[in-house]
Amino acid sequence: MITNTLPLANPQPLAAREPLESVVVRFAGDSGDGIQLTGNRFAAVTALAGNDLATFPDFPAEIRAPVGTTYGVSAFQINFGARTIKTSGDSPDVLVALNPAALKVELPRLRPGGLVIVDAGSFAERDLRKAGYAADPRKDGSLSPYRVIEIDISRLTLEAAKPLGLSQHDALRCKNFWTLGLIYWMYDRDRGVTTEWLKKRFVDEPLVAQANIAALDAGHAFGETAELNGELIGYSVAPASLAPGLYRTITGGEALAWGLLVGAHLADLKLFFASYPITPASPLLHALARLRPLGVTTFQAEDEIAAVCSAIGASYAGSLGVTSSSGPGLALKGEALGLAVATELPLVVINTQRAGPSTGMPTKTEQSDLMQALYGRHGESPLAVLAARAPSDCFETAIEAVRIATKFMIPVIVLSDGYIANAAQPWQVPNVEAIPPFPVRFRREADGFEPYSRDPETLARPWAIPGVPGLEHRIGGLEKDSVTGAISYDPGNHQRMTDLRAAKLDRISADIPEQTVEIGRDSGRLAVVGWGSTYGPINRAVSSLIDRGYDVAHIHVRYLCPLPRNMGEVLRRYDRVLVPEMNKGQLVTILRAQYLVPAEGLNKVSGQPFKIDEIEEAVLARLEQPKR
Amino acid sequence: MNVVPLTKPRTAKDFASDQEVRWCPGCGDYAILKAVQKTLADIGADPAKTVFVSGIGCSSRFPYYMSTFGFHTIHGRAPAVATGIKLANPDLDVWIVSGDGDALSIGGNHLLHLLRRDVNVHLLLFNNEIYGLTKGQYSPTSRTGTRSPSSPGGSVERPVSPALFALGAGARFVARSIDTAQKHLIDVLKQAHDHRGASFVEIFQNCLVYNDDVFSAFTAKQVAADAQLLVKHGEPLIFGADRRSGLRIRPDRLELEIVRIGDNDVTEADILVHDATNRALATMLAAMTLPVALGVLYCEPAPSLGAAVGSLADRQPVSPSVADLNALLRRGDTWTVAG
Repeated sequence: MITNTLPLANPQPLAAREPLESVVVRFAGDSGDGIQLTGNRFAAVTALAGNDLATFPDFPAEIRAPVGTTYGVSAFQINFGARTIKTSGDSPDVLVALNPAALKVELPRLRPGGLVIVDAGSFAERDLRKAGYAADPRKDGSLSPYRVIEIDISRLTLEAAKPLGLSQHDALRCKNFWTLGLIYWMYDRDRGVTTEWLKKRFVDEPLVAQANIAALDAGHAFGETAELNGELIGYSVAPASLAPGLYRTITGGEALAWGLLVGAHLADLKLFFASYPITPASPLLHALARLRPLGVTTFQAEDEIAAVCSAIGASYAGSLGVTSSSGPGLALKGEALGLAVATELPLVVINTQRAGPSTGMPTKTEQSDLMQALYGRHGESPLAVLAARAPSDCFETAIEAVRIATKFMIPVIVLSDGYIANAAQPWQVPNVEAIPPFPVRFRREADGFEPYSRDPETLARPWAIPGVPGLEHRIGGLEKDSVTGAISYDPGNHQRMTDLRAAKLDRISADIPEQTVEIGRDSGRLAVVGWGSTYGPINRAVSSLIDRGYDVAHIHVRYLCPLPRNMGEVLRRYDRVLVPEMNKGQLVTILRAQYLVPAEGLNKVSGQPFKIDEIEEAVLARLEQPKR
Repeated sequence: MNVVPLTKPRTAKDFASDQEVRWCPGCGDYAILKAVQKTLADIGADPAKTVFVSGIGCSSRFPYYMSTFGFHTIHGRAPAVATGIKLANPDLDVWIVSGDGDALSIGGNHLLHLLRRDVNVHLLLFNNEIYGLTKGQYSPTSRTGTRSPSSPGGSVERPVSPALFALGAGARFVARSIDTAQKHLIDVLKQAHDHRGASFVEIFQNCLVYNDDVFSAFTAKQVAADAQLLVKHGEPLIFGADRRSGLRIRPDRLELEIVRIGDNDVTEADILVHDATNRALATMLAAMTLPVALGVLYCEPAPSLGAAVGSLADRQPVSPSVADLNALLRRGDTWTVAG
């Protein structure tokens, strides 16, 4: 564990460096170049340097696409700064392209005037051809809107790493760490943590560790030397003013895993997690599988249906049953979710959304499963739906899902997405002791036991688990008598049971917090309403518009079903409501239908997150005049 | 633990619930229900620790008629639900009740993996070679040519053999019996219960409404002795009313042949002795159509690799302490922002 207390002693005089408030850097290269690793290392030291940050890993679906092709390009974007960072950044200020294909794919994102660093050693005729370049882009003027630094990174890496005794091929693989060394120099990052990390990671291959460290140092030294010639500029990014406390970086996948584990602990239950591998939901399975020593049971089921069914079985037997998937998998789980609703068992379902329909774009993000989560089942089968807004929000959202599922004996779907699952953010580490527990009380008394009698406050039925003498009873998917749980085809009973299942949502609505306004006035000309991972771009856009004098507010919804009890009243306080979503207008439809408000959609389904600019423009188009 | 002291041992009746049984009069399921209730009484089962899990179909009504815990789930998924129950609480005695459509059509995948993983549960497959609850369509075990509402010209598909499927899936306990053969069925159920790991029992069950007498070629009283081979580990594979028919391996080919003791110098010493630990023999016995082999065809007592799933479940997970959880959240690189 590495612990630093800020502010860090700065090895170089700050005056030598140009100060920056925030910057967006995008690393891009072949999927075999170790781009994600490079980005994650940079994020780790940037966090330790006290900056706020947000990352966006953007990698291809192909595990190992043919080397040098455009569809094999893997990228990692990081936005970091001295100010609060809300998104991974609209357009990179700096693009590091380790081959022509990366340059070709990523260049259009770079802001005009931005800096491109290319590996001149990878621009041979053959490399250009593989990337689909007819002419060398360095020579035909296509890079003229940008500042370009050409460095023969390949050759310099070989010079640094090969003397240690590595083969040409293995030495060249250190290219990413040479590049990282250069970027560390540019932003004044400390190399020590990364050096230690490399030693630990390659503990069984000390030569590889040494070679990468040599490459890292060589890249860093190159920066220092190049600066002397005026080619490169070193920057300093001051620490952000984060609330005091202990921090770490966290991805959405990790935060969900830990939130589920802590949630189970708070409920005094064992965690049973069943899943079937699917992109981009698998990181959660991996994270929880590593937590087996902490009492987590993970089960890699034979399919999506078995995953949800085994989780239902585990809940029936007294564990906290959790299953996870992405959109196509949630579709397969639909029938079993009906069973969980009918048997009124607690269950948490995590859906890490991706671009659909069908296989769609598995590695790209989307918010198009809201309607599926709300309504994608047979019959009248209401359940609760929550959405996480950011990687760091996943922890709390998971705990809240466990609380609702166990308190109300109902399945809860948590919507995350591919962006949240893989992106990283600083996170203030909570003390588990300080989180209010909500221990489950299983039914133990045989006297007066009726499987479908209800708690008058929550309408939850008793959780009566096998193993308790005197509570032997039968449940199932057939409609049951509203008290005894015996099979019933009585018309009045079915009406009563349908109403009861729906009424549970009203009870949850009374239990959850009221909807608040994130930023802006609590009434006015326009409210931007979002859910899930659109939080970052909406919040940044709205806050910058407020700074410029516009009357606009940001409302972000965690509880999608049931919606907060004051939701309609909040929406009606604004003249206009704009709902940006990475779908064709799902929440906006719900809001219009439920509250009869003239909400408008702002919809994007490109597999990429919203840009701050896109939201700003849409808001401005609706607020022609500034108002103060 | 809160255990109610027993004044007297439970009888089969004590395992019946208060629900009125609603199968068609004369259905083979009644006989199986009776045999299961008797089995539980005989083995001294604790109703509080016994769970019956079923899917969908006539057979899957079963849990409602038992006084134990019961979970009537969805079509084909009982093995998956049961796996979750068993992993969450390995102390429970879990029985799965399924049919040929439930287990081998819509739920075929789950059956395969339940057996492959060797989850420590007992699965009873009521095979009546027809879809009863949906009114008589042909099923995956229906013989080619079965006429039904969905195959008016006779089905063209080849049937799957449940026992061969189970053996192919790596099951370590495979047995067969007949609904009305009470003594035999109870004996098989007890062995299935005693086996550690997944036990698979195919029960030939007569559907008198949609597929009456489909098994009569070997279940009818007048032919039973000649058409049934009741296998027992360590005993010669002899059958027939006169107890003179037997099985041996053909000298020139790897297959079983029926021989008559006393004919062509065949003596009892020539008859193959049943070895329930021999998977190849079990496979040949399961494939045999006349006589039909009944009893425990295969039982591999040593824990197999697949038992790892079972032992995983048997290892009661620890509950993490607050300190464990706080340590987890602080693992790796952290930094402190001073106030």
